Amino acid sequence: MDCYTANWNPLGDSAFYRKYELYSMDWDLKEELRDCLVAAAPYGGPIALLRNPWRKEKAASVRPVLDIYSASGMPLASLLWKSGPVVSLGWSAEEELLCVQEDGAVLVYGLHGDFRRHFSMGNEVLQNRVLDARIFHTEFGSGVAILTGAHRFTLSANVGDLKLRRMPEVPGLQSAPSCWTALCQDRVAHILLAVGPDLYLLDHAACSAVTPPGLAPGVSSFLQMAVSFTYRHLALFTDTGYIWMGTASLKEKLCEFNCNIRAPPKQMVWCSRPRSKERAVVVAWERRLMVVGDAPESIQFVLDEDSYLVPELDGVRIFSHSTHEFLHEVPAASEEIFKIASMAPGALLLEAQKEYEKESQKADEYLREIQELGQLTQAVQQCIEAAGHEHQPDMQKSLLRAASFGKCFLDRFPPDSFVHMCQDLRVLNAVRDYHIGIPLTYSQYKQLTIQVLLDRLVLRRLYPLAIQICEYLRLPEVQGVSRILAHWACYKVQQKDVSDEDVARAINQKLGDTPGVSYSDIAARAYGCGRTELAIKLLEYEPRSGEQVPLLLKMKRSKLALSKAIESGDTDLVFTVLLHLKNELNRGDFFMTLRNQPMALSLYRQFCKHQELETLKDLYNQDDNHQELGSFHIRASYAAEERIEGRVAALQTAADAFYKAKNEFAAKATEDQMRLLRLQRRLEDELGGQFLDLSLHDTVTTLILGGHNKRAEQLARDFRIPDKRLWWLKLTALADLEDWEELEKFSKSKKSPIGYLPFVEICMKQHNKYEAKKYASRVGPEQKVKALLLVGDVAQAADVAIEHRNEAELSLVLSHCTGATDGATADKIQRARAQAQKK
Amino acid sequence: MSPLDRIANVSILKQHEVDKLYKVENKPALSSSEQLCFLVRPRIKNMRYIASLVNADKLAGRTRKYKVIFSPQKFYACEMVLEEEGIYGDVSCDEWAFSLLPLDVDLLSMELPEFFRDYFLEGDQRWINTVAQALHLLSTLYGPFPNCYGIGRCAKMAYELWRNLEEEEDGETKGRRPEIGHIFLLDRDVDFVTALCSQVVYEGLVDDTFRIKCGSVDFGPEVTSCDKSLKVLLNAEDKVFNEIRNEHFSNVFGFLSQKARNLQAQYDRRRGMDIKQMKNFVSQELKGLKQEHRLLSLHIGACESIMKKKTKQDFQELIKTEHALLEGFNIRESTSYIEEHIDRQVSPIESLRLMCLLSITENGLIPKDYRSLKTQYLQSYGPEHLLTFSNLRRAGLLTEQAPGDTLTAVESKVSKLVTDKAAGKITDAFSSLAKRSNFRAISKKLNLIPRVDGEYDLKVPRDMAYVFSGAYVPLSCRIIEQVLERRSWQGLDEVVRLLNCSDFAFTDMTKEDKASSESLRLILVVFLGGCTFSEISALRFLGREKGYRFIFLTTAVTNSARLMEAMSEVKA
Repeated sequence: MDCYTANWNPLGDSAFYRKYELYSMDWDLKEELRDCLVAAAPYGGPIALLRNPWRKEKAASVRPVLDIYSASGMPLASLLWKSGPVVSLGWSAEEELLCVQEDGAVLVYGLHGDFRRHFSMGNEVLQNRVLDARIFHTEFGSGVAILTGAHRFTLSANVGDLKLRRMPEVPGLQSAPSCWTALCQDRVAHILLAVGPDLYLLDHAACSAVTPPGLAPGVSSFLQMAVSFTYRHLALFTDTGYIWMGTASLKEKLCEFNCNIRAPPKQMVWCSRPRSKERAVVVAWERRLMVVGDAPESIQFVLDEDSYLVPELDGVRIFSHSTHEFLHEVPAASEEIFKIASMAPGALLLEAQKEYEKESQKADEYLREIQELGQLTQAVQQCIEAAGHEHQPDMQKSLLRAASFGKCFLDRFPPDSFVHMCQDLRVLNAVRDYHIGIPLTYSQYKQLTIQVLLDRLVLRRLYPLAIQICEYLRLPEVQGVSRILAHWACYKVQQKDVSDEDVARAINQKLGDTPGVSYSDIAARAYGCGRTELAIKLLEYEPRSGEQVPLLLKMKRSKLALSKAIESGDTDLVFTVLLHLKNELNRGDFFMTLRNQPMALSLYRQFCKHQELETLKDLYNQDDNHQELGSFHIRASYAAEERIEGRVAALQTAADAFYKAKNEFAAKATEDQMRLLRLQRRLEDELGGQFLDLSLHDTVTTLILGGHNKRAEQLARDFRIPDKRLWWLKLTALADLEDWEELEKFSKSKKSPIGYLPFVEICMKQHNKYEAKKYASRVGPEQKVKALLLVGDVAQAADVAIEHRNEAELSLVLSHCTGATDGATADKIQRARAQAQKK
Repeated sequence: MSPLDRIANVSILKQHEVDKLYKVENKPALSSSEQLCFLVRPRIKNMRYIASLVNADKLAGRTRKYKVIFSPQKFYACEMVLEEEGIYGDVSCDEWAFSLLPLDVDLLSMELPEFFRDYFLEGDQRWINTVAQALHLLSTLYGPFPNCYGIGRCAKMAYELWRNLEEEEDGETKGRRPEIGHIFLLDRDVDFVTALCSQVVYEGLVDDTFRIKCGSVDFGPEVTSCDKSLKVLLNAEDKVFNEIRNEHFSNVFGFLSQKARNLQAQYDRRRGMDIKQMKNFVSQELKGLKQEHRLLSLHIGACESIMKKKTKQDFQELIKTEHALLEGFNIRESTSYIEEHIDRQVSPIESLRLMCLLSITENGLIPKDYRSLKTQYLQSYGPEHLLTFSNLRRAGLLTEQAPGDTLTAVESKVSKLVTDKAAGKITDAFSSLAKRSNFRAISKKLNLIPRVDGEYDLKVPRDMAYVFSGAYVPLSCRIIEQVLERRSWQGLDEVVRLLNCSDFAFTDMTKEDKASSESLRLILVVFLGGCTFSEISALRFLGREKGYRFIFLTTAVTNSARLMEAMSEVKA
């Protein structure tokens, strides 16, 4: 305990800075760090080293090696650099290594040295070569800023969505700026550069000279500048050994410091933690490290070795040949607890717990003291918080134990914060492990989120650990385990030395039916690696047939795609495949394929019906579907053709098709229609008027209505119109004409095949009671009562009904008897009924 | 009324700066607006219409903004047509996933009348996915359905697609308590007979006579007894209508006159009121009474109008023939009746309907009748109906008895009288394709024709047959009743076989324990291809009898005329 604060260094009155070791590095560095291009990703990310042979005059004959290590110095990749000279290295937010070449080409590598892609920073850069380059991080992703040989800047704010922006010229700039940096403000990337005693800010539109407020006089050059992790603050190092610290907007000065060292520092980075008021900058020279802030004195460290600084969200990582350390401001909670002679509640609680373990009654005293002040809740919270900021598991444990001890004396302390802290620490300790090598602090972890951390583990192919973490934290399967398994499977399909069957089986065994796993994505990856057969095997496991289709099409398995699309029930998908097939196959094969898939066929037919009539005909032809072919031509005969000859011809084709289809009925009907059409044409020519397209029935009716009885009868004979129809037809037509004389003649021409009741009805419809009565007498006995009632002869109807002794008829008549006039008739019926009943 | 009117009427649209509304039909829309928005069903015809408008504008050198909104979804084929017509770049497309329109408290309609023709005639399965999505929507709203039953090929496909959707979006409905205990999916082609019958319950009759569109009907001057026609919403909120909608028509007049008397009595109460009571009466009751009065006179008008129309066409004869067909006697007489019907050109749709009814109940027409009726029909209504017949046969609605078909006992007795000569004469290559309807056998198995001693009392109905004057229990409703009773298809194997649905009848029971008894009373019936008001009335009746509550989901409300029109080929 006594020595716990031994590595705490005060800066001013209010803050302590401490530096502790993360890892002792046992990487096998062949080169000095100073001879290398170095890039280390933030958030405990990997370190890339490229020995820089191009900086020296005697251009090396050996090709340099690009090495990638984890933060703990475990080698991740090593490859011979075969491309052009590299100016700068940097990591993107997705932990991809960006290598900026002298010719402006940027090569992108994965964590494991796998080449991903490359892009160019434009022609201007190519011509003028790259003088210097920076990789920076913005809200949108990672950006690249380039200083060219012509002293112009080109930048892209997001390499994922490459948009090159050439910054305006700095007037009168003849030589390279002494130092420069990329700044991100209000979601826009700027460049800040120093030329001699002047500072310039470049944005998209203009170049403006800026002056930091309160800058000490006598500055003739800026040697180094540093922007904080969040782009909020800026530090400037001048040739007078003076450091100015202020806001990045250059509107406010925070503090200044004069270190009296005029040599240009190797590196300068900000060291501050979120939500802390303390501001400090770490400056590194060859053998000296200095922490300066708003205090007259600085903290000084001696560097035994060549070191490299990596700015982090809440501190600075410093790695060298043998060690990897972390320098940060001691968090408030830790300070409260561990500060010498601290009486903070957390400190007392920690003390109490220790005494308790020693079975000393002092424990009670301490506890009482806290409780008396009513600060136990606060004490527990302090211990929990402080535990999060400790690197050593032992210390984490004792703090958590203290918290847990204090919790016992609280009634309603919500357990969430304690439980979550335990979980988080367990995860953190796991990833900080030497073998994993991600030295995240608690604040960094919270900023990064568990999802991103899992992604990073996946990126390092640490699938089992990722899955264990998911299971431990009980993350929903879809977000957690499934996603990781899917990534694992995608990696698995790239193992070229394993056979297709084994890979497919292994993947299926592990993934099973885990929800949220898309086999089609994995298959797509397999296909991307040129393993078509494996892709097809994997697709078999995909439960959603719809998902299989696009990939199958891409792999040119169109027929399989078609049946899968049909299985999915998504007609749009089927249609997509159909169009694909149509272009891919010749017409005959295409039709044959359709033939075996009725669902697709009817879909395509529907489309053709509206859009490609000729194709429809071909389809029917191909299938020898004469029935449909006939129908097709029939439709054409009245939809497509205008001239009568064309229509008859279409009908003839239709009739032929119907014969072939052995549908004699349809064929005959079509032939009749041809005859009728021709005849109608003739009628129009001879008689005038409108005949075309009338039905046979209507044609005859029209003829009768026009007084052409002879022709009507001729037509009826020609087309063998049945008698019944003819009688109905004539009856209606003549009644419409009110040609009662002709109607009577017609009624007497022979015995009516439809009886005479219709005559009565139709006369009554025309309100001709006189004519109706004529026919009523001729109506057959079964319908006589009905007929008599129709013409209003109730009395006679009653007589007939009585005569028939038909109960139904009797009641029918009775219902027609209206009180006054038919009283007698009604009586008569009642009597007849009574009589009938007697019998 | 269109579905859009039910959601946003013209005045609402105008408030949102809609300048003018046009119907999508083959007419140019003469508008000077800068923007045109098309709200369309995803059909190729509509795309061509839009293309013609846009291209006409282009020719005239006009530039406008065009937006096409597809409801309920966009189809790839449509986009392709837009592309082929060269206007894909000129329009912007959107989807409006609007699939369920609540027409009434127990009736949801997808308003997809084209479903029937597209699927049952053309074999186009595009809408099945839409149905599955609608079901998925319902299950996200009301929890999973613990008991699922279905019959028909389409029902099964829709059901499977729906299940896939549920699996893909696992977790959403998981753990929710089901609110609707049963779901029953039914294909229209399982029971064409019911849909082909003349409707005699009031709501069905109003639909047959005036055509109810989107839950609203246009009553013409002959009903409103003034010179304007009137749009009336028909649903449970119309108190008068709600009481008579499910009644057999013969009761409706009596009910309405009783109601009129009551109303009069209530009006009469104001005599002898003092001023205060009168004030009360005017402020509280009068409005309601007036409203009721208005509705009453409207429905009386509708009844009169229906009576007039029906007696003119000899409705009684028609019903008698239908009943004869359903019961399977006097087939010859019925055939002659149909023939006369055709000869007199009474109505092309009605004639077609009767022919189909004859065909289905008789397992196809005997070859002689098949030919002669068709010939007569063509002579009466025009040769283009040759295509209609081809459609009807494909759908299995109007077929020819194949020679050598084994006939059931009842059938053979009836048909022996007439088939001797014609038997074995025809070999139509395609007749074997048509499905046998087996109606007579099914009817016997399920006891669809009630044995009645004496008069069937339509005022106090005993069974669902009342919706057809006591002559016939709707097949679809009987199947639902039977399955619900058994909670499965068990014991109905023979019926299922006769329905040609051996592979397409399914039951799926899960999570039974979680369903409350309350929810188990609730049954969602899904009709794929449309349902009729008679079926709805019959099931409402069944619900009252057995303590169920039915909710109906249909692709569209249909009736015999709509079915026949969907099958007809009309000259363009």
